[in-house]
Amino acid sequence: MLIKKSEAIKASEITDKDVYLSRRLFLRGAALAATTLGTGWLYRHFATPSQESAAGEKIADVQTASGATVPAINDAKTSYQDITHYNNFYEFSTDKEAVASRAKNFITRPWTVEVSGMVHKPKTFDLDELIKIAPLEERVYRHRCVEAWSMIIPWVGFPLAKLLNEVQPTSQAKYVAFQTLADPNQMPNVRKGGVLDWPYVEGLRLDEALHPLTLLATGLYGETLPPQNGAPLRLVVPWKYGFKGIKSIVKIRLLENEPPTTWNLDNPREYGFYSNVNPSVDHPRWSQKTEQRIGEFGRRDTLMFNGYSEQVAGLYSDLDLRKYF
Amino acid sequence: MKDTRFARFVIFVNCTVPLVLLLHDTYYHRLGANPSEFAIRTTGTLALLFLIISLAVTPLRKALGQPWMVKFRRMLGLFGFFYAALHLLIYTLLDRSASLRAVIEDVTKRPFITVGMASFLMLVPLAITSTQKMIKRLGGKRWNRLHRLVYVAAAGGALHYYMLVKADTREPLLFAAALAIFLLYRVANKYLPKYTERKPARAQPRRVQNV
Repeated sequence: MLIKKSEAIKASEITDKDVYLSRRLFLRGAALAATTLGTGWLYRHFATPSQESAAGEKIADVQTASGATVPAINDAKTSYQDITHYNNFYEFSTDKEAVASRAKNFITRPWTVEVSGMVHKPKTFDLDELIKIAPLEERVYRHRCVEAWSMIIPWVGFPLAKLLNEVQPTSQAKYVAFQTLADPNQMPNVRKGGVLDWPYVEGLRLDEALHPLTLLATGLYGETLPPQNGAPLRLVVPWKYGFKGIKSIVKIRLLENEPPTTWNLDNPREYGFYSNVNPSVDHPRWSQKTEQRIGEFGRRDTLMFNGYSEQVAGLYSDLDLRKYF
Repeated sequence: MKDTRFARFVIFVNCTVPLVLLLHDTYYHRLGANPSEFAIRTTGTLALLFLIISLAVTPLRKALGQPWMVKFRRMLGLFGFFYAALHLLIYTLLDRSASLRAVIEDVTKRPFITVGMASFLMLVPLAITSTQKMIKRLGGKRWNRLHRLVYVAAAGGALHYYMLVKADTREPLLFAAALAIFLLYRVANKYLPKYTERKPARAQPRRVQNV
């Protein structure tokens, strides 16, 4: 038998078994660590609420609203962090937790608001001029989103009626239409197109618009509104679902006929023009009977007209609220 | 067949990473303003994601000619089931305040919940029959036929998500598209394996010239 001497590998060159095994162990450990970190990074990237903080500028001379027009609320106010980090502002993002960071650099000065249509004195207001029309007051309102969550928010603003008085609606005017800025340079979803038809539009009946609870808000918690909450000027109609409270308003028009509204155009079966908070009329896809109050554990019953029945039920005494939801 | 024990261990650990981070964030109150909604949304997305990854295994192993990858499929599918069960549990306990009546009302009145619940119920027999013993008991052919249901359940999950969103359908459509690709692959593979499959090198029978 011939035993061929191998010249290829010397015994001294063969990796020691221990070394081989420890290298294998090291490689395996590295593979485990790397993939775990990678998965963790992916999870953090896609599924972590923003922890970033927001801040506005302090607003001087904010008055307290009179108890006669604004009913007191005994519930605790929702935290500033939650109010400013759980926002529906689809122009920036459809992820409520991402709006704050996407809207961070939104430019709100200079800003003008054009008020026109069936008015005696149409006018384009500079924002700084507009906010001096009436004294700013703090008003603590319930806020109920159509998605069945709610907050208690201390807004700063003045009644929309004060602005409408300035421009003097004609006798033909029956409705008020509002429009949000649609700037593709600043709003990612406007740039990409889709999701909803831009610009975002909303509307109220004139008597709703003139109601003393209907507010034009410029701030919250005593500070100017952060972008995600609708800076520099937004509508607040506390007895209606949150989407009626149109944000970052650039146009207001007085009309004879009911104006189109964005969510109604998108899905007329699910979102009506009125959209009054009503626990007995379910959204076709979910119940409106209860709500998740942000900051609380467990759910609360939703109140008719969001708890403002006494103030606003009269507006709808001859309206079938099931039909005109 | 290749020793896949370590690879399976790595996959197992990775599958638990979202759960560990979710629990960590819950403990430190980092689930954002609406924790129950966040947890429901996240576990739902994870369920759909793991189901779809499990359905990617077969196309991937066939296209690459790596039959040993089949060993990952069961675990990935079971994690999909696990996150779906967690999704249903959190929804029942927190969103419906643990009221079975409220859940039943939702299932009967709201189509997107009907679809979601039906998809979950389809996963239950699949999870139960996922063991080696059950495969033997049912027989490979019958077991395979039963487990095709996972395509229906995953499609139901994507539909459930699609029906739930208010206007932004991009994410549910992305899941549906991934699912459609894997399903199309299976169909194509059935009729045209020549083009879709690479035979594993080692599995090829050696031709022996024997005279």
